[in-house]
Amino acid sequence: MNFITALINGLSAGGTYAIIALGYTMVYGIAKMLNFAHGDIIMVGGYAMYLTLLAAGHPVLALIAAIVCCVVLGVLVERFAYKPLRGASPLAVLITAIGVSFLLQSVAQIAFGTSPKMLSALKINGFISVGTLKIDYSTLVTLAVTVLVMVGLTLFVKYSKTGRAMVAVSEDRDAALLMGINTNAIIAVTFAIGSALAAVACYLMLTKGSSVTATFGAMPGIKAFTAAVIGGIGSIPGAMLGGILLGVVESISLSIPALAPYTDAVEFAILIVILLVKPAGLLGKMRREKV
Amino acid sequence: MNKQDLVLKTEHLSIQFGGLRAVDDVSLEIKKGELYGLIGPNGAGKTTFFNLLTGVYKPTSGRIYHNGKDITGKSPIEINRGGIARTFQNIRLFKNLTVIENVMVGLANQIPCSVVHSIFRLPRHKKTEQEFYDRALALLKVFQLEEYKDYLAANLPYGKQRKLEIARAMATNPTLLLLDEPAAGMNPSETQELMDDIAFVRREFDMTILLIEHDMRLVSGICEKLTVLNFGTELAKGETAEVLSNPAVIKAYLGE
Amino acid sequence: MSARLAAFFKNPFWRRYGNYLAVLAVAVVFGALSVSGVATSATQYLLEKIAIAVILAVSLCMVVGFLGELSLGHAGFMCVGAYAGGKIASLLVEALGGNQNSIVVLLLSLLVGGIVAALFGFIIGLPALRLRGDYLAIVTLAFGEIVRSVVMNVPAKLFGGTLGLETPRFNKKYLFIIALIMVIACLAVAQNLMRSKHGRAIISIKDNEIAARATGIDVTKYKLFVFTVSSFFAGIAGVLYSYSNYRLQSANFDYNYSIEILVMVVLGGMGSINGSMIAAALITFLNVKLQTTLTGNLAVLQNFFYAIILIIIVIYKNAPGLKTFREKYNMNVLLSKLKAKLKKQPAPVSADAKEDAENE
Repeated sequence: MNFITALINGLSAGGTYAIIALGYTMVYGIAKMLNFAHGDIIMVGGYAMYLTLLAAGHPVLALIAAIVCCVVLGVLVERFAYKPLRGASPLAVLITAIGVSFLLQSVAQIAFGTSPKMLSALKINGFISVGTLKIDYSTLVTLAVTVLVMVGLTLFVKYSKTGRAMVAVSEDRDAALLMGINTNAIIAVTFAIGSALAAVACYLMLTKGSSVTATFGAMPGIKAFTAAVIGGIGSIPGAMLGGILLGVVESISLSIPALAPYTDAVEFAILIVILLVKPAGLLGKMRREKV
Repeated sequence: MNKQDLVLKTEHLSIQFGGLRAVDDVSLEIKKGELYGLIGPNGAGKTTFFNLLTGVYKPTSGRIYHNGKDITGKSPIEINRGGIARTFQNIRLFKNLTVIENVMVGLANQIPCSVVHSIFRLPRHKKTEQEFYDRALALLKVFQLEEYKDYLAANLPYGKQRKLEIARAMATNPTLLLLDEPAAGMNPSETQELMDDIAFVRREFDMTILLIEHDMRLVSGICEKLTVLNFGTELAKGETAEVLSNPAVIKAYLGE
Repeated sequence: MSARLAAFFKNPFWRRYGNYLAVLAVAVVFGALSVSGVATSATQYLLEKIAIAVILAVSLCMVVGFLGELSLGHAGFMCVGAYAGGKIASLLVEALGGNQNSIVVLLLSLLVGGIVAALFGFIIGLPALRLRGDYLAIVTLAFGEIVRSVVMNVPAKLFGGTLGLETPRFNKKYLFIIALIMVIACLAVAQNLMRSKHGRAIISIKDNEIAARATGIDVTKYKLFVFTVSSFFAGIAGVLYSYSNYRLQSANFDYNYSIEILVMVVLGGMGSINGSMIAAALITFLNVKLQTTLTGNLAVLQNFFYAIILIIIVIYKNAPGLKTFREKYNMNVLLSKLKAKLKKQPAPVSADAKEDAENE
């Protein structure tokens, strides 16, 4: 029973990771960069919800405000910090993304101080019992939202014009440009979608009763990044698989007393082991350099 | 003929990528001192064949012998140390090193000096560095590149970059030199100069050369023997004049 | 700068030994001030921190700048060295009956910390043989986090758990001198290695790994070697850190610290030992100064300015769109224009500018 609870909790935690990982993987696939600041977009979403709740007091309004805020921020960051560096060395882009991450964290600290902000209005209490099994409502909500996001995104990428253009840009940016695709617009859209997903993930984390600080997004960000790499960075199904896998591993590790304190280590060790066996991640394509 | 007299021999060499047999049952023999050409239309599997010879890919079946030794499945490093050097179709120089340093990298295995000697600046280090410099300079002189020796390789004109790549390959002291489309992207006068250089290398170093080429003029001008590949398979092989007048070859090149 | 002075610094002697002499000069001058009791403890502390940062930056530069592999786990190697060295030092001090200021203990723990870190560097170098770029970056990051998590959670009597590990101290008057000597050792190894056939081989791997293999360069050996040596010095820096702070908290060695070191290397110009050294010294100096001057609410401003400056510098130095701007207004061109104005002569293109253009 204990194991099944851990599994369900893991699926839920994994769903959140997967939603964040989608942001990493889509940006990587299309802009070919590690958006190190993605985790901090989550944090900004958290503060946006905090402010909306103070002013208007409704959770749905808070979620909408957070999505709008994150989308605008994501697009602005892309426009002013990353776009000037298109074509520069990947390392320069990475360092800039790190700079943006520091910047967002320090601005949040200046604006909101160091004390954590509780958003109890977003917390979903209660649980349902199935036999001896107790499942939190928040877990169910997370699972439902995860499935919704995954199905929605898959359909979007497969059938919408923009989605297919995104695939084209990720395959070959220059060729896509020659085919008349506005690659700059596609990259901006990708950042917008990734940021919106970050806001959603933030909401899901807060339904479990977390409080927001300036570094609220850092650890989930790193974990989700790990998940994206496990699944094969650049691959959308990979991010989903990696996220779920990481969440389940985390939850099971937490449920075993001897292993619980080492959970972070276990998760990162899984990453290393998987990469040693599959250097491009579970569903990633190995791109062989042409000789 | 005895295997030992052959610098290179491949037996039924094949490689398969998924459903595609990029190289299919290719056998050839190159004698010492020969200048052998490998030609064929785009996508015929020429470069893949080179990649098999140099260990970049492992063959699906077939064997490769170099000077009588079976080198099938060896790593690129082992193969280079065994005496096969190559150049690349898309030039691959060490761009952040100078021209002379590029050649010095090629000489690395010829002049031993351990890491310990270098880090602690033991007398051995200084002696070997001088030797590196002298031998690299001598090679650059052979290829008329000495005036560019302190240029970064990236800043060298295109034709000279091709030459430098050959010089670097020669620095590894090979018994067989593989040239992958050395004339690609060159104008006629540069191509002429290159042909002279290849002939010169062959004479000067008594070198056996296998050459991939698109440029028919270059091939007919200097190669004694040819193998023509088409869709990975041997279309024809033998003396140059004979092969070039083969109707199947003409058809593959010019179409119906 | 007058032509004679310029020629003086172009002299091969200065090119080869200039940076050693600079570090040595700092060690001698401040050593004398320290021993005679003039230098404050704040100065000693600052110099310790600068020395540690320089060792970290120069050693990371070997991996990132020369071998061309991105590592986000340098603080992890430092952590390993710090805990191994710190633990050995406290055991030795205990065995010696509590004598804190033993130079033998210090040197032994430096050696042990370096060797243990090097061992880990070798192990992490193994995946580096199979993984490319970003994948290796995340593996090194993961390694650093694993180390941190394990050190924090093993039984407290081993590494102190969440409370941290108390480690021995060394006379502050001399500690920074030892640290600066370690800087010189690190510089010597990095520089001698890079100015040899092995350095050329390492750069050839960064420039074109396929060609390096085809030229018979043992890529495996060199990658493992660079990771090992780089980690050795990260370990040394870790031990110095333990002696500087007397207490190790594994939380301090998180990936943000690794990133801070990486930033030093990047701002130092990537493939430049002296650049890394200068960037490390400057950033550390500013950090320590800001920490002591900006207190309370102002302290958060430090990160803010750091982030802004970092973003602006990286965009300025790398944006393809700013290339013509950079060429027009780079330091050398401006200087030579200024000189020309002073002399009322047309501006010549200085040799420096030419050289920089070649290095671009």
